[in-house]
Amino acid sequence: MSDMSDMTESATTRGRTQHLLYILPVLVFGALAAVIAYFMLSGRDPRLLPSALIDQPAPEFKLPPIEGWEGRKPGLATGDLRGAVTVVNFFASWCVPCLAEHPQIMALSKMEGVRVVGINHKDRPAAAKDWLTRHGDPYARIGADSGRAAIEWGVYGMPETFILDKTGRIRFKHVGVVRRETLKETILPIIRKLRK
Amino acid sequence: MIAEVGHFALILAALMALVQGTLPLVGAARGEAPLMALAKPAAQAQFLLIAVAFGALTYAYVVSDFSIANVAQNSHSAKPLLYKITGVWGNHEGSMLLWVLILALFGAALASFGRNLPPSLHARALGVQGLIGIAFLAFLLFSSNPFERLVPAPPDGSGLNPLLQDPGLAFHPPFLYLGYVGFSMAFSFAIAALLEGRVDPAWARWVRPWTLAAWSCLTVGIALGSWWAYYELGWGGWWFWDPVENASFMPWIAGAALLHSAIVVEKRGTLKSWTVLLAIIVFSLSLVGTFLVRSGVLTSVHAFATDPARGLFILGILVLTIGGSLTLYAWRAPQLRATGTFRPVSREGALVLNNLLLTVAAATVFIGTLYPLVLDAVGGGKISVGAPYFNATFIPIMTPLVIAMAIGPMLAWKRGDLWAALGRLKLALAAAVGVVALSLWLDGTRDLLAAMGMALAAWLFAGVALELAGRIKLGRAPIADSLRRAAGLPRAAYGMTVAHMGFAVVIAGVTASSAWQTESIRIMKPGEMTTLAGYDFRFLGVKAGRGPNYASQFGSFAVSRGGRPVATLVAEKRFYPVQRRQTTEAAIHTTWLSDLYAVIGEADKSGGWSVRLYHNPLVPWIWIGAIIMFAGGTISLSDRRHRVGAPRRARPAALAGSAPAKA
Amino acid sequence: MRLLAAILALALSAAAAQAVEPNEILKDPALEQRARAISKKLRCLVCQNQSIDDSDAGLARDLRVLVRERLSAGDSDEAVVRFVVARYGDFVLLRPPVTPATYALWFGPLLLLLLAGIGVVVFLKRRRPEAAPAAAPLDADEKKRLTALLADDGLSR
Repeated sequence: MSDMSDMTESATTRGRTQHLLYILPVLVFGALAAVIAYFMLSGRDPRLLPSALIDQPAPEFKLPPIEGWEGRKPGLATGDLRGAVTVVNFFASWCVPCLAEHPQIMALSKMEGVRVVGINHKDRPAAAKDWLTRHGDPYARIGADSGRAAIEWGVYGMPETFILDKTGRIRFKHVGVVRRETLKETILPIIRKLRK
Repeated sequence: MIAEVGHFALILAALMALVQGTLPLVGAARGEAPLMALAKPAAQAQFLLIAVAFGALTYAYVVSDFSIANVAQNSHSAKPLLYKITGVWGNHEGSMLLWVLILALFGAALASFGRNLPPSLHARALGVQGLIGIAFLAFLLFSSNPFERLVPAPPDGSGLNPLLQDPGLAFHPPFLYLGYVGFSMAFSFAIAALLEGRVDPAWARWVRPWTLAAWSCLTVGIALGSWWAYYELGWGGWWFWDPVENASFMPWIAGAALLHSAIVVEKRGTLKSWTVLLAIIVFSLSLVGTFLVRSGVLTSVHAFATDPARGLFILGILVLTIGGSLTLYAWRAPQLRATGTFRPVSREGALVLNNLLLTVAAATVFIGTLYPLVLDAVGGGKISVGAPYFNATFIPIMTPLVIAMAIGPMLAWKRGDLWAALGRLKLALAAAVGVVALSLWLDGTRDLLAAMGMALAAWLFAGVALELAGRIKLGRAPIADSLRRAAGLPRAAYGMTVAHMGFAVVIAGVTASSAWQTESIRIMKPGEMTTLAGYDFRFLGVKAGRGPNYASQFGSFAVSRGGRPVATLVAEKRFYPVQRRQTTEAAIHTTWLSDLYAVIGEADKSGGWSVRLYHNPLVPWIWIGAIIMFAGGTISLSDRRHRVGAPRRARPAALAGSAPAKA
Repeated sequence: MRLLAAILALALSAAAAQAVEPNEILKDPALEQRARAISKKLRCLVCQNQSIDDSDAGLARDLRVLVRERLSAGDSDEAVVRFVVARYGDFVLLRPPVTPATYALWFGPLLLLLLAGIGVVVFLKRRRPEAAPAAAPLDADEKKRLTALLADDGLSR
């Protein structure tokens, strides 16, 4: 065969590059598998979307109070978010996980040095008022949102909770239920840091 | 009791797989025939045992035995019988059981029909099948047991996703698995060849039929899924470049490349190590697909379980299988020596180009599908890679391929004449140009890209027809002569022609339906009429109704064209009380050249209904084209040259001294 | 039967809208066309791999309405897209932006094509075109065997 006569110097160097080429597939696969394994072991939820608003000032918005509670609980606007560390919590009476995290939000509202405000998202006023009366009202102010405020805040699911610093910049966002562990391990340390 | 039988059968099957996966490989390495001979009965026993397990699970579904957790979670007594049965594979555990069943089916088929293979190759291929079987049976038994009991048994099940209670989707998984689990055969042959240390041209002859069978089934499987999405999801879309769609598409593309490169191995004894690598890659893509659907790393409509433990288990299987096979490849492939050559411009050269483009196309889909995951993992943020990306990359790669598909078969083996081939395609070029002109003239939007897409389809179709005509000397010889030649052509030639034509039909359907769909979204009150694409739609109103496990509202339209009635479209909205889910059933009337598509939405307060009407030109050609491709594959498979071990005719005694020729 | 109809009416009335609803459609067809085109580029964040144009989720509808509002207020197409991206990040774009983070994505296929193409050319060049070696003519006995073999396989002249 004509190939057999190819036992020259150039053939061996070619042979070496060829050998290198044969290893390429397994190396590429190994790298890919390592990356995927790392991702899976890190425990990150691939469905969670990081916020695009971190370190940005809070969006410009002005929400009315819940209908019927105009005298009792003021609405919420961007200006109300400055001056103290603020927790902004999106909630609704139809949102089942919101109920699950409510004890933690109540606990936050009793803390010194942090102000908790709520945005009532796409809710019926009667249902919202009833829910708050029954389960407790941790919010210093509540803005009634028909949907646009949620988009301004980049909200895509319920509930979502934001932590703002004293200048009104968004420093942290949590998507989903604020569990007791989340409160203790993540949210409280951030609030303490921002209070300084 | 039945569940325990099924479970026990599964355990026994795993033991059979263990035998099948170890002893024959040892036997082949040592040349010990008795050990090698264990492969066949082990493979057959493994299949029978898994079939028993599968039968047990099916029985449990049919009789609605809710003491089995899997049945309780995925079925309901009110479900129609057909969907009780197809519900067996409508969930993670059941579909994994189907997966190993089909794996074992192919193994048993190889065991029974591979008599003419060299014993060591046969034993090794079966051994590798056994090893894959062990891995997945272990996965089933240890992390996804379909036979787990639920105590106490609930009075009724949680039902089945109403989206899955549907004929198209019910049969989509079996075909899909026949396809991409079927590619395990090519993989096993490739590993066996690497273990043997050589690839004979005959190896390609054996690999091709199995690959072709798997690829043909995968074509149907993908088409079924796409067709289901089209009629079920309510707006006429049929492909979304969703990660799990891509997961089945990548093996299809790579499988097509494999089919073609195996031809070069068979004819020329070259491209051996590439073809072996490709066979490994095709099945690896199948495994990656299985991983993506079940691990939860990618968000998709399809995602079954999002259990990270299962995902890691499958990842482990992938690392062992793919990593192991690619390591073996790196070690052994350099020993494979080519035995023939060909000129760059030749049919082999065209097949190399085919492989180049198909492989890059598959790699592109791979990159696009996994990029968000990889980028997120290395901390680069979250991005989306959707249809715009794939359209911008995949289509430009496939376009030269389609052009070459008409030219390639016109080139001779070993040394071809490009100008002569192009000369014979003059009519195809004329057809393409004519179609461009026709498209631009008929189309109000003057969409040039769409016109060129149609031209490509015409070019390919005409080119393939011209190739066949040339072979039978149509027009250049008396008609009787041509007919005689036509009768004498090997079936594989017809298979190729038919399959390539099917592809052309698909291209036409894809192009036209993407570019020229028209829609009408409006509120209609009963009695009102609207016009779309020359058809008049009169809304007749909405009636209530019910089905076996749902309540419906039916909206009807009387469709006419130029005053003459065409059809009555009845669109439906169903509400499944158990699942508290709503689905839409679009009303589709097909004229085979286009589809009329109607969906009813919500009622408004003044008695009107929101209504969506679509005209989808050439959409039926997508499914028809896929069926034609399947037919082409089947025709090729029926060619006796492709069957493993074609019968050898008795030779006269005078030739006893000559070397036996493999048929 | 009446109960079923009641369940159905209740359920369907509470059910989500279905992709673009007639009441979202803008009066100005040019604006509406722009809105549809932009909607097809934006991903529905709570769905799996759908655009907001295709999806029937509540968030998708809100975003569709937002797109139309901003278009009606005079924003350019890019401004509308930038507005949404500023709030939801690049994830909302179905066509990934071309940034250093995505160079590998956008240029990868082309690069692969070039590398593979070079590989093929190198492979083909390495095979020297075969000068057909002059084969020794067949002797009479071999000729007989050849004819018999060909006839045996059913392939006549």
